Amino acid sequence: MTSYLSLTKAMLIGLSRDKSTLFFTLLFPLMFLIIFGAIFSGGGTNPSKVAQVGAVPVLDQLQAQDPDALKDVLELSTVDDEAAAIKMVEDGEVAAAVKQTGDLVQIYYSAADRTQAGIVTGVLNGIVTQTNLEKLQVAAPEVAVTTVRIDQVEDESLGSIQYLAPGLLGWAISMSGVFGAAMTLVTWRQKKTLRRIRLAPVSVGAVVGARVGNTLLLALIQLAVFIGVASLPFFGLKLTNYWWMAIPTVLIGALAFLAIGLLVGAVSKTSEGASGLANLIILPLAFSSGSFYPLDAAPQWLQTISYVSPLRYLNEAMLDVMVRGEGPLSVLPNLGILIAFGLVVGFIATRLFRWDDI
Amino acid sequence: MSVSIRVADVRKSYGDVVAVDGVSFEVDQGEFFGILGPNGAGKTTTLEIVEGLREADAGSVELLGMSPWPRNTALLPRMGVQLQGTAFFERLTAREQLVTFGSLYGVGPKKADAMLETVGLTDKAGTRVEKLSGGQAQRLSIACALVHDPEVVFLDEPTAALDPQARRNLWDLLRTINGEGRTVVLTTHHMDEAELLCDRVAIMDHGKILKIDPPAALVRGLDAATHITVDSGHLAPADLAAIADGVAETEDDGATITFTTRDPSTVLTALAEHRVLNGLRVRGATLEDVFLELTGREYRA
Ligand SMILES: Nc1ncnc2c1ncn2[C@@H]1O[C@H](COP(=O)(O)OP(=O)(O)O)[C@@H](O)[C@H]1O
Ligand SMILES: [Mg+2]
Repeated sequence: MTSYLSLTKAMLIGLSRDKSTLFFTLLFPLMFLIIFGAIFSGGGTNPSKVAQVGAVPVLDQLQAQDPDALKDVLELSTVDDEAAAIKMVEDGEVAAAVKQTGDLVQIYYSAADRTQAGIVTGVLNGIVTQTNLEKLQVAAPEVAVTTVRIDQVEDESLGSIQYLAPGLLGWAISMSGVFGAAMTLVTWRQKKTLRRIRLAPVSVGAVVGARVGNTLLLALIQLAVFIGVASLPFFGLKLTNYWWMAIPTVLIGALAFLAIGLLVGAVSKTSEGASGLANLIILPLAFSSGSFYPLDAAPQWLQTISYVSPLRYLNEAMLDVMVRGEGPLSVLPNLGILIAFGLVVGFIATRLFRWDDI
Repeated sequence: MSVSIRVADVRKSYGDVVAVDGVSFEVDQGEFFGILGPNGAGKTTTLEIVEGLREADAGSVELLGMSPWPRNTALLPRMGVQLQGTAFFERLTAREQLVTFGSLYGVGPKKADAMLETVGLTDKAGTRVEKLSGGQAQRLSIACALVHDPEVVFLDEPTAALDPQARRNLWDLLRTINGEGRTVVLTTHHMDEAELLCDRVAIMDHGKILKIDPPAALVRGLDAATHITVDSGHLAPADLAAIADGVAETEDDGATITFTTRDPSTVLTALAEHRVLNGLRVRGATLEDVFLELTGREYRA
């Protein structure tokens, strides 16, 4: 026990003085959070461009009542010629063109950008319906009208931080888990520290245990720092009720990646080799597991591949409890997969463990 | 006196390379035992087999009455090992290093301070190991090997790559360690070191031990020349020729004259008669000569 504690402490002191490791496990992922956060915040609300042909009373009336009414959704420009407006839609200069003749509101859109077209037709439809309703209420005030109120769950402008923070955190945890374990093993073997420890009455369990303790502690620090920074008003991360379930999730995830690190450390001879191999494993995992962008936005084949990546299960579990508001039990299957993965890889790693490079 | 180490006909090959080729020796309790040989002689491999870091292909090893292989945790607290090259925890200070190693053996931090004192590193207690000089690192490494008061201490070329002053300081330390009653096994490729420190020396070459004896006994009975050196300039060339005639070869490098002779009495008497004993030094046969005698090769580390 004392030897386990003193090895843990020795490793921890070494880690706290290792500026490059601290940079890569804490600051580097945070830099990504800051850069991505800045790129994506405000990116979600660009108003759609619409060309109106001459006067369009439904829109003009609305703007007459409140000039800012459409500001966030539509950016209107007026052209006199219908043909010119349609040309603009075809060229993609505007998302749609709108023209009103009497009671008919005509919308032209291009199938080239269905999302934009969907937004614009939806908005215009809504405006027309609203106008009709108002007319109806004037004509027959005794008829009760049913109205719909739509509220988005997340503030749309901050949506990106909601997946960025858990995703980048998953990436950070996988990096420190794999690199930490692999590097300790390889450099300790290279510098003969392992041999020296082998000559002391200490078990392999104490050596690995010390590394496990360090990795878990580092994972908790990463979680705290990420939540702390992402929750600043500038980023505006909003945690849901069961976010605390992220604590066991992060710990279990860190262990799974530590197992990979032990394997990398067992098969690598030099620290250069180990860090190359670790990168070779982590980067594809990060890109295929939704660490840098939401997995839903990835092509289907990538989503399929992601099922073999342990990082996917870590990221999804963190998203579920931190921002999707799912209950604590919902992540148990993911945690189970991570534990099973860690056990299998960890077992292989102990089989390949070497004190010496002979 | 009881025997601390008993090695019998140990062999070890790495593929085609025969590193240790039938080595046998015994080391008594409290003895300072040296294994001397050029690089690649098999010293480190022999030591590692005795320490239990490697398994011998054949032969038997007994350390303090027990077998060191496979890893024997009952034996580990009773032996101290300084590995060739220094095996430290990264980025720890000298003191933290000692405290950590100490606690692996259940030894408290007070002992770490005492060890720093012993090896003269008290003023380097807060210095990280990466910043220590070669000699300081070597001394710290020895301190780490001693922190748990082992009965047997193994040192693999502790003075390699040190400057002469640092080597001499380390020799004092090693004598102290042995003086406290510990059995010390040292490998070296320095003849002078083995001669100065060891009670007995095993001369090793090509994986075999050629001879084991106290340094003086190895040299005694050796038909080797004696080197007599005096200051130059006090002796006329004619006198020089007369003294050397038939008994010695001479060499004058301007500062000193060296007579290499197999009849030192005659040369010394003649020099005394001429009253030219200024700066006199007499050097008998050394382990170098022993090595030459045993292998037919000039000793080269
Ligand atoms: N791990 C190893 N793998 C292969 N050959 C080795 C290994 N260690 C030592 N040798 C070889 O065994 C021989 C003896 O080496 P060693 O015991 O280190 O000698 P010394 O310590 O006297 O210099 C040398 O020829 C060396 O090249
Ligand atoms: Mg050696």
